Amino acid sequence: MASFTLNGQSVTVDADPAMPILWVVREKLGLPGTKFGCGIAQCGACTVHLDGDPVRSCSTPVSAAEGRDVTTIEGIAGPEGELTKIQQAWISEQVPQCGYCQSGQIMAATALLRDNPNPSDDDIDAAMSGNICRCGTYTRIRRAIKVAAGQEQPLSERLSGEA
Amino acid sequence: MNDLTPEKKERSKLAKWSRRGFIGAGVLAGGGLLIGVGVRPGNPIGSLAPKVAGGAGEQLVNSWVKIDTDNIVTAIVPHCEMGQGAHSVLAQMLADELDAAWDNVRVMQAPADGSYIVSDTARMFAAPFTLNAADWLEPTWDGLFTQLGKSMDLLITGGSSSIRSTGQHQMRIAGAAARKMLVGAAADAWGVPASEIVTRDSMLSHAGTGNSAPYSEFASAAAEQPMDATPTLKKASEYRLMGKSKLRTDIPEKINGTAEFGIDAAPEGLELSYAAVIRPPVPGTVAESMDAARSKEMSGVLQILNMGNFVAVVADSYWQAQQAVGTIEITWSQSESPIKTMDDQFAAFEAAIDGGGEEAAARGDAGTAFENAPTKIEAEYRAPYLAHAPMEPLNCTASFADGKCNIWTSTQVPLMARSAVADAIGLSADDVIIHHPYLGGAFGRRLESEYVSMAARVAKATGYPVKLIWSREEDTQKAMYRCADMCRFQAGLDADGKLSSYHSIFTQRHDPAEACVPAMYDIPNTSVNVAEADLHLPFQAWRSVDHSQQGWFIESFIDEAASEAGADPLEYRLGMLKNAPRHTAVLNKIAEMSDWSGARAEGTAKGVAIVESFGTIVAEVIEVDMSSGKPKMLNCWAVCDAGYVMNPDGFRNQIEGGIVFGLTAAMYGELELVDGAVKQSNFHDYKMLRMNEVPNIEVALINSGDVPVGGAGEPGLPPAAPALTNAIFAATGERLRELPIAKRFI
Repeated sequence: MASFTLNGQSVTVDADPAMPILWVVREKLGLPGTKFGCGIAQCGACTVHLDGDPVRSCSTPVSAAEGRDVTTIEGIAGPEGELTKIQQAWISEQVPQCGYCQSGQIMAATALLRDNPNPSDDDIDAAMSGNICRCGTYTRIRRAIKVAAGQEQPLSERLSGEA
Repeated sequence: MNDLTPEKKERSKLAKWSRRGFIGAGVLAGGGLLIGVGVRPGNPIGSLAPKVAGGAGEQLVNSWVKIDTDNIVTAIVPHCEMGQGAHSVLAQMLADELDAAWDNVRVMQAPADGSYIVSDTARMFAAPFTLNAADWLEPTWDGLFTQLGKSMDLLITGGSSSIRSTGQHQMRIAGAAARKMLVGAAADAWGVPASEIVTRDSMLSHAGTGNSAPYSEFASAAAEQPMDATPTLKKASEYRLMGKSKLRTDIPEKINGTAEFGIDAAPEGLELSYAAVIRPPVPGTVAESMDAARSKEMSGVLQILNMGNFVAVVADSYWQAQQAVGTIEITWSQSESPIKTMDDQFAAFEAAIDGGGEEAAARGDAGTAFENAPTKIEAEYRAPYLAHAPMEPLNCTASFADGKCNIWTSTQVPLMARSAVADAIGLSADDVIIHHPYLGGAFGRRLESEYVSMAARVAKATGYPVKLIWSREEDTQKAMYRCADMCRFQAGLDADGKLSSYHSIFTQRHDPAEACVPAMYDIPNTSVNVAEADLHLPFQAWRSVDHSQQGWFIESFIDEAASEAGADPLEYRLGMLKNAPRHTAVLNKIAEMSDWSGARAEGTAKGVAIVESFGTIVAEVIEVDMSSGKPKMLNCWAVCDAGYVMNPDGFRNQIEGGIVFGLTAAMYGELELVDGAVKQSNFHDYKMLRMNEVPNIEVALINSGDVPVGGAGEPGLPPAAPALTNAIFAATGERLRELPIAKRFI
């Protein structure tokens, strides 16, 4: 049995302690927003927060979560579903294409801005280079982080006559 | 002699299809209106209501619009959504012609049903040669390809075709026809001329009488109106939604974890088991025997299967299945392929090329012109095998019960998947039901259905509803691939340095047929030959298909010619585009945008390339900094002429993605063979570009208008690799004739 807090709620689940958090939340706890991409902590699609820090849930056993706080993409919005600044910026910059990696990207970006509300390009590189986007939305992810940080205007305000 | 410009003919022919169609309408339960557009003249569509209710109607219906009693307009879209934004833009095109209120437009994925065959797409894929048919054959071809599309299950998303075929030829007609019928119904009810009725934001109004009503009020009456097979479509000046950067409808669910991908399938009432698989390391071999003693004892393991061309473990969780499958010792049969390494593969290409091949396209007499040329250049290029590597690993959930099989999967070809399942487990296609949610990337990989059949076979063999997932390693090592190839060039330059003769020969020609032909350049003597050679790894169309290697081959060699001539590479290209005003405009614009003639900072250089693919002309300039000895990409500028862009921001997003995809392949993409098996296995050794490596990207669009609309998903890719390697040449003087760049510089 594993007991931890998931998106603010206590959960107890019957799982092999070695089973990665990824598969526990997806298969046993019914939260499929966290994605399987590589299984070896190379792509970041499975990123969740463990006590607020981003971790690769495909390679983190559920035993490591015992008694701790796990937050997934389903748990970052407000209690009424209010979108965070990061999520709003992801819409305003029209970041996702296929969208499969974006849960992990948003979790990584959320942790970055919490620790560093005004990141430089180098800070963004350092925080986000563990997350692969095969559709190639990197330039939009960078811009969305800057929009969320208040460093840049949202796309809609830059598209004169196009919207 | 083949004509050098097949694509121009194709475009003029496609344009004519836009008005050929027929319209059908029906009333939905509750009084809604349903409009369908077919493409088979003379085949009356009748009422669509039975079809929607699940009846076995015979009408051919390609795209639908539904207007509900609550005035919600639903665009029923036959193409899948894999990140290209087609769902949203197709709805935008329909809603514009319908004068619908965009905020009340919804998108529905059409079911996997033969009624949604898109004959235009069917034709592009099945028989591109007919695109050059005589005009009088057109009605025959249209009917034939709708039928052929049905028989071949050609409900396909690919070929950068959704907007330019389905959008232009189906969605807009459906929207315009629906609008006309609503207007007709209101005119009858209000006793006013239809021409005096104004439509806007899903409302009808008549100024003279002060009448106004929402569309829904006349939805059922509209279904009784006469139908116009060729409704008048809007001119560009009348567009309200087309040409605008409307926000994509699928994005809100992609930022909070609620978007459902194939791998997320959780069918109600089914207790799923999970399957992990091992496929043969060398193509064509099978599991002759296995020792599964260890895996049998592992927790959660339910069944272990040797299915011949794969081994599967079914367990209570995917992780348990994956742990267990890795402990099985499998003896594989011997491969008969003589190719064990990439050296073997390239030797096979070389032998074929030495044989001279067959002519694919020609103009003038390239051989004689080469002999007579004062300056001759020759070069040979090598491109590696590449994996598609969509972020969502291949997967399929299958449930087999009561003689029926339900399938949940991410696929570009739902009907082919249905047939593949039917064949694999001995059912009729009617007993296979395909559920296909969003795709977590595809890039051509999900045009094949072997992973779908595998899940169906495991479900049938075990009796469990099962979710089968390929590991990333399986996907990288045992999939289907962008082909490797070799291309040998010979060219002659005249006394002024201009190309007087151009010859290329290579081994892999798949699609599009014109990808190997530098048709835009006015080189007087050109010959293009193909010398077929066997591939060791199975081929699967990969984003931009032949353009992905041919764009790099051709635009690298043109750069070599410019260098030999001592000319500026961009000016040199412009000098060969006297008959290509659109290409010229694109190059002129990129010169300005990239400050091409401006000073270069020390250690930096710029490279240019231009490729027309899928109806869109794209030029790219990449600025690279080589001062550290390794390429650091600083900037990428792109200029695109797609004729007319339906959603500028969505289009730019696709071009940006195509650029990153192309640069990723150029920098890192390589699969090597060890004893016939793929060596690379996961993202640590099959590397992707990451945030810290991508350049700034700026995309500019030219709406040259009055030409058929071009595609978006693929055309950004082909110029990326040559623009980068040409930039590296400009910086270092070293011409890269083999990819990836990492082999030489990292």
